[in-house]
Amino acid sequence: MIPELGHFSLIVALCLAIVLGVLPILGAARNNRVFMGVARPLAYGQLVFVGLAFATLANAFLGNDFSVLYVAQHSNSQLPAQYRFAAIWGGHEGSLLLWALLLSIWTAAVAMFSRHLPEEMVARVLGVMGLISVGFILFMLFTSSPFERLLPAAADGRDLNPLLQDPGLVIHPPMLYMGYVGFSVAYAFAISALLGGKLDATWARWSRPWTTVAWVFMTIGIALGSGWAYYELGWGGWWFCDPVENASFMPWLLGTALIHSLAVTEKRGAFKSWTVLLAIAAFSLSLLGTFLVRSGVLTSVHSFAADPKRGIFILSFLVLVIGASLLLFAWRAPKVGLGGKFDFVSRESLLLSNNVLLSVAAASVFIGTLYPLFMDALGYGKLSVGPPYFEAVFVPLMMPMVFMMGLGPLARWKKMAVPDLARRVQWGFASALVLALLLPLVMGRFLSLESNKWSPMIVLGLLMAFWIIASLVISLRQRWAGQGAFMVRVRKQSLSYYGMQLAHLGVALFIIGVTLVKGYETERDVRMNVGDTVMAGGYEFRFNGVTETQGPNYVAGVGHVTVNKDGKLVGELTPEKRQYNVSGMPLTEAAIQTGVFRDLYVSLGEQIPESEGAWAVRVYIKPFIDWIWAGCLFMALGGILAVSDRRYRIHKKAGAKMNAVEIQPVPQSAIRTPQSQGQAS
Amino acid sequence: MKPRQKRAVFIVLAIIAVGLAVGLVLNALKDNVSLYFTPTQVYNKEAPQGRSFRIGGLVEEGSVKREKDGLTVHFMITDLHKNLPVVYKGILPDLFKEGKGVVAQGKMEADGVMHASEVLAKHDENYMPPEAADALKKAQAANAASAVAPAAK
Repeated sequence: MIPELGHFSLIVALCLAIVLGVLPILGAARNNRVFMGVARPLAYGQLVFVGLAFATLANAFLGNDFSVLYVAQHSNSQLPAQYRFAAIWGGHEGSLLLWALLLSIWTAAVAMFSRHLPEEMVARVLGVMGLISVGFILFMLFTSSPFERLLPAAADGRDLNPLLQDPGLVIHPPMLYMGYVGFSVAYAFAISALLGGKLDATWARWSRPWTTVAWVFMTIGIALGSGWAYYELGWGGWWFCDPVENASFMPWLLGTALIHSLAVTEKRGAFKSWTVLLAIAAFSLSLLGTFLVRSGVLTSVHSFAADPKRGIFILSFLVLVIGASLLLFAWRAPKVGLGGKFDFVSRESLLLSNNVLLSVAAASVFIGTLYPLFMDALGYGKLSVGPPYFEAVFVPLMMPMVFMMGLGPLARWKKMAVPDLARRVQWGFASALVLALLLPLVMGRFLSLESNKWSPMIVLGLLMAFWIIASLVISLRQRWAGQGAFMVRVRKQSLSYYGMQLAHLGVALFIIGVTLVKGYETERDVRMNVGDTVMAGGYEFRFNGVTETQGPNYVAGVGHVTVNKDGKLVGELTPEKRQYNVSGMPLTEAAIQTGVFRDLYVSLGEQIPESEGAWAVRVYIKPFIDWIWAGCLFMALGGILAVSDRRYRIHKKAGAKMNAVEIQPVPQSAIRTPQSQGQAS
Repeated sequence: MKPRQKRAVFIVLAIIAVGLAVGLVLNALKDNVSLYFTPTQVYNKEAPQGRSFRIGGLVEEGSVKREKDGLTVHFMITDLHKNLPVVYKGILPDLFKEGKGVVAQGKMEADGVMHASEVLAKHDENYMPPEAADALKKAQAANAASAVAPAAK
């Protein structure tokens, strides 16, 4: 009975979403305050009913109700409770429900934190989000309801894919989805700006925090996914250029571009059309990501089911969303105006170039990901595009981007004399270069490798990272310079400035991590008898055999590997080879000892037949790999700092009117924000 | 500079940038695309010599043999019509199993054996790599069309 209740509340939610998608937008167009006023209650109502549906599914999972088909397919009574909960999004139907739930949460959040916005803006934004919600709930009800019954009920479930039975997977999908779905807010803001024809600095200020929060979630989500791949897939890689990883990376790149472009729109009123286009593109790619992952057209770890009906539904939805918004854009954008002027060398032009580079990067990932699909559809046969493609394209694109990233915060708005800029950064650049050239000469000894390795790629990577750090130092020195108490000057800078610098520092750490792990990692695949030792990167690994243990729902062979360095014990690693009871699937659980400067990574390959307990063992030393995720964390923290800036909260005073263009007369009675006041810098 | 000229320069710069990017992408694609072939296609000499490509099919039952070092593995990939011998040195993925779907990437050497640089098996027991499924489907069609006709493309 309870699962039917879930299905029923989804239907109620659909009805609410339909009304939400129609009335408020209509009301905003006709200036009907009653129609606009229903938006908020409907948003809350939608959340309640989608939440109810989600809760009933959670109840079915936790209560082992195997008469529900989806539960029987993805859970098992032996499965520990936290994984039974995470199993909700372990398959196609449940992930969609999670999508819908997060969308309702975002919608309700917009309804709650938009008291200071003009009524018709709120109505339009919530209306657009309602329309998106209609699409997703319809999709669920028609093609993939998680509440379908299995009669007679199964005695027990088929179990969750062992790869997904991991703490990282409990939080990775919700985080990533928060990001995906969060871009719908930026999208809804952009669409409502086009509908209303009012696109100015104030609008940018309203959508900035939402976009940044979505971006923060996405950054964390991607980092978690990458970390999971590193320790769970058992071969020590952190990024595989897998189509689904790419699917999340594309909207991230565009989201990053959007954050920066919104900054320009807010501060200088420029890049308006571009910002709107980016917002549309970022959300479209989020949808495309969902499409790629869920329809199973691309094969990867994540694709669940290949059901053509679903693929066609998402594809049509995608075409509808992208097509309609681009049409609207083509119709309305020319009236929005171009905004402030700027010179060739100015903060605007640097930000614009970086925007273009980020978009080109996203486009190149797009091509690499979808090229095989197109070729297959056109009948040219099956092919695959390997990771070297992405490296070959990415490195040359990122070099100029990182260079300008260092210059950007130092350049002035509007116009900057080149000699002046050059004079400011020359010492920073020179010291970054010298350090990048010299550091590899001692790096090998520091990491106790057999030899020092000096390669152009390592130097280049280090140069990019040090350049960012140098420019950061220069910028901070400039900002903190002056008379009086030092702490006062430190506190005088805005939080969003510190947020930006922290995020940029994150990029530097990330680059250091990638460069050094690629340049200096040691990988050994070896056959080891009991008692054998192998040397890797100055560490001695001794294999002491494999014992058997019993997990909650698996049996595992546990390898015992002791690690010594210079005769001293560094630690014991216990990689596992698990065999899950229900699915019979084997799983390699790597053992990792993390450190600031290196990870020790051991995983069991397979037992060697006709031997006395010998195993194939992977022994890896991964220098600086954790810096990759530390970098992501810094970027996310930077985003959080930027959002906490005061100016997003003192709205009443901050309704700047810069470059405001209005296409249609907006009735004055509907505008609640007091105007005037200068820009907070 | 007048605004008009400035705009023209911006546009020219943008076109150059896009041109460079397109060149970059095409160049990278040219070197890094690997085509899929079925064992039957390889048998018919349709696969390129001296260039890396991918092959999909099933690991033939009873064909997996290990060398003494424990790491070098020989096996046959089959589409149930033709077989192709493969050799790989390294640790195989967890789900590599006889009778299950597999994709290998590598080069054909003069000895008629594919020297694989990468062996992929997918992450789900019930899941068959589409390339492997495709190879089986084509081979079935070819089997049905009698052994005389070449494998239908």
